[in-house]
Amino acid sequence: MAEWIRACATDDIEDEDVIRFDHAGQTFALYRKDDQFYATAGLCTHEKVHLADGLVMDYVIECPKHNGRFDYRTGAAKGAPVCINLKTYPVKIDGGDLYIEIG
Amino acid sequence: MDRVVIIGAGECGIRAALTFREEGFTGTIDLIHGEPHTPYERPPLSKPCADGLSLKPIMGALDLGPNKITLHQDLAATAIDRTAQQVLISNSESLAYDRLLIAIGAKSRPFLWNDRHVPNLAYLRTYDDAVRIFERVTKGSRLTIIGGGFIGLELAVQARSKETHVTLIEAAPRLLGRAVPAEIATVIEARHRAEGVEVICGANIVDVDSKGSITLQDGRTIASDLVVAGIGSVPVTDIAAAADLVIDNGIAVDGQLRTSDPLIFAAGDCCSFPHPLYDGKRIRIESWRAAQEQGAHAARAMLGATDDYQSVPWFWSDQYELGLQIAGLSGEASQTVRRDLGDGCFILFHLSDNGRLLAASGIGLGNSVARDIRVAEMLIAKRSLPDPAALGDPALKLKSLLTA
Ligand SMILES: Cc1cc2nc3c(=O)[nH]c(=O)nc-3n(C[C@H](O)[C@H](O)[C@H](O)COP(=O)(O)OP(=O)(O)OC[C@H]3O[C@@H](n4cnc5c(N)ncnc54)[C@H](O)[C@@H]3O)c2cc1C
Ligand code: FES
Repeated sequence: MAEWIRACATDDIEDEDVIRFDHAGQTFALYRKDDQFYATAGLCTHEKVHLADGLVMDYVIECPKHNGRFDYRTGAAKGAPVCINLKTYPVKIDGGDLYIEIG
Repeated sequence: MDRVVIIGAGECGIRAALTFREEGFTGTIDLIHGEPHTPYERPPLSKPCADGLSLKPIMGALDLGPNKITLHQDLAATAIDRTAQQVLISNSESLAYDRLLIAIGAKSRPFLWNDRHVPNLAYLRTYDDAVRIFERVTKGSRLTIIGGGFIGLELAVQARSKETHVTLIEAAPRLLGRAVPAEIATVIEARHRAEGVEVICGANIVDVDSKGSITLQDGRTIASDLVVAGIGSVPVTDIAAAADLVIDNGIAVDGQLRTSDPLIFAAGDCCSFPHPLYDGKRIRIESWRAAQEQGAHAARAMLGATDDYQSVPWFWSDQYELGLQIAGLSGEASQTVRRDLGDGCFILFHLSDNGRLLAASGIGLGNSVARDIRVAEMLIAKRSLPDPAALGDPALKLKSLLTA
């Protein structure tokens, strides 16, 4: 069943950056770019590494381990060594808080 | 151009083959794979995950069929006939080429004692090597590793997790040689000692007997159930040399990865190339990412692209919970700036006389240095002259230097 979960305060994420969010045994990566927010699965699809340790450049998150790249808006894998897309999650802002819909 | 032949289906050969298709090449691609297994990744051989060693196919190695790439598995290229433009393979067939890529990698440097191979000494380069080693790395058994390089140290990590006794013998005064700064090698050595690895640096071996017992000059004798030599690797050049291609610390190629024969290219661990970021100095790189990048670069060059390969060399290693990453080459650096990231994690920036960033090396928990090393890599590629004070200030976001 889908449910909205409060993930963080919007101010917790700097512009063009990423943070990690763990909830109920799952881990997510949350992004902010030009005051838009995005959420994806937290682990790289290559070797289950936390993407929040990676570098964000524009709309691309680069995995810290072997530089696999994903477009965090769509989750699309952008070439070797990653070929499986990231799952993405809907987000909404309420007050100063960021919510993501999981389920 | 209709026919491409690639020798070697490692990280480099596979990426090259797939790049031809990504670029729209419609001719034939024959990939000669000298090993009996599905093309697999080497880094996991020295860092198997908790459920043990397994063969991890290279990304795309399972998509060769759909991409109409013919894999000649468990067959070796035995000769290159440059006049006839043919490669001979071990089942006596021959494959004609319009362009040939040699991506035959490297092999473990042999440890010779009195100019002879030592019986029962193991090396770690292939999946079969790893199977043989890990069968014997068991609780209570005794493992001796000759050589304090990355592969030996990663093997020590695995062996300690299985409660094997580990002795690591290094001839030099410290671990990891010149490619890794002493400050980082010290952290890694301390971590191994804390884990119970007996590290002996500056060791001078005076005898190795046929049972693998090693005697050092100080009189110590180290008996073990298994001895593994990890003393570096040497490029495979046999078939290229036999075909009279120029060899210089590997198969010598130009900036576009072309050998001395314009129809033949070489890439990955087997080749040396002039690096534009380092005054065109000829270097050979043994790195997983460089092998992929060079494979892709060679494929595009064979299709007519004219740009030079100039990616910043990059390497990582896992040591227990610590991750090490190095970008660039620090050889010509004359000053070092340290950036502390907390929890014992730090990055060293290596700058030239005139302030150009040449390399960065970092060590820390997990992937904690990855982001900064990645930014450093971009600064190195841009030949930036970053303000040393900014590099050393952890409060300042490194990314801001990219636009400076
Ligand atoms: C145990 C281990 C751990 C490593 N860990 C890391 C790491 O943590 N980080 C990192 O950056 N790098 C690491 N590396 C290095 C990395 O794996 C190599 O740089 C990379 O594999 C090079 O790819 P390649 O395709 O150039 O060569 P290779 O992977 O060596 O592939 C070449 C292939 O060609 C085949 N071949 C040779 N001659 C012939 C012939 N005549 N006919 C047909 N086939 C032939 C070989 O059998 C081999 O399969 C590690 C290497 C090893 C061995
Ligand atoms: S773990 Fe992310 S690219 Fe390998």
